Amino acid sequence: MAEILTDWGEFKVSAEPGLRVSPADAEKVSGWILKPEGMCRDELCVPLSTDARRGGKIDLAAFWQTLGNPVLSDQSGDVWVLGTAAESRADALAGLDAPDFTLPDLAGVPHRLSDLRGKKVFLTTWASW
Amino acid sequence: MWQELFDSLNTENFAIVAVAEESLGAEQARPWIEQANTTYWNLIDVDHRVAALYGMVNVPQCVWIDEAGHIVRPPEVAGSTDHFRRMDPATRTLAPEDMAARLATREAYMQAVRDWVRTGKHALAADSVQEKLPRITPEIALADANFRLGIWLRRHGRETEAAGFLAEASRLHPASWNIFRQAAEKNETGLAAGPEFWERVQALGDRPYYEPPDLPGL
Repeated sequence: MAEILTDWGEFKVSAEPGLRVSPADAEKVSGWILKPEGMCRDELCVPLSTDARRGGKIDLAAFWQTLGNPVLSDQSGDVWVLGTAAESRADALAGLDAPDFTLPDLAGVPHRLSDLRGKKVFLTTWASW
Repeated sequence: MWQELFDSLNTENFAIVAVAEESLGAEQARPWIEQANTTYWNLIDVDHRVAALYGMVNVPQCVWIDEAGHIVRPPEVAGSTDHFRRMDPATRTLAPEDMAARLATREAYMQAVRDWVRTGKHALAADSVQEKLPRITPEIALADANFRLGIWLRRHGRETEAAGFLAEASRLHPASWNIFRQAAEKNETGLAAGPEFWERVQALGDRPYYEPPDLPGL
């Protein structure tokens, strides 16, 4: 099993070394779907090398890197981070639509920033440290 | 400190979202939140997701968002000042004039927020916000990945392994106090303000720790 940390959540999936996962799990984690022409999302398809799709598994780490995103794992290869490329993050910010997030309060109740649309919002960070 | 601001505005048209960047878990923030007894959103961000999304490098930093969900002021220091750098190291106290200046800055900042909420003043034009946005570089993106892995490993009891990733994150993104202080030693009051922190602050020289926002009275 591998633990995969993404910007939209944490996933536990069955994986072989190199983060080779089933096409179903690849879709669950990344939102990209395996098709004959490669990995696809909406209208966009990115070719996948034969090595990155051998044995019916998808090398999710290799694919994620192909997209230009940072990929990192712990020494044992059990925990992976599939990050987001600087360029897409910078573009998202430069659009000036406040990047949305959902976070819990102390009681664990989730709150979504965009639910406050229609109000002026003062977003501030702090910490105990 | 924001409750006073929230109460003074008392309008349906305004919300405060206070996000606690607590990579060690919600319990770190609990006593503070319970004591503050606030009526606005107090959220817990164990992955420092908000800092990454908005390119924040310290706390407290804030962003002003208008009714349409657009950023009208980029991440800025929320009323804190550098007076702490002149604190008496033995007694951890400030000179009375520094105390007063610090308080005045905080009050001026709160007033700026109030003016914005009431009249729209101080909201910046889109091109001006864009110009002031933090630059997210490939090094920062990689730093954030290292940081995410480091704090996850630490939360799962793998401190030794975590330390390497946290150090690498700080090396890749040296401007982030947010990242640095998650790995830094803590003093006896639980603050990541040991000798290593003070050395780093001193190394800033004339550069600010809390960069003052471009607002009147600040």
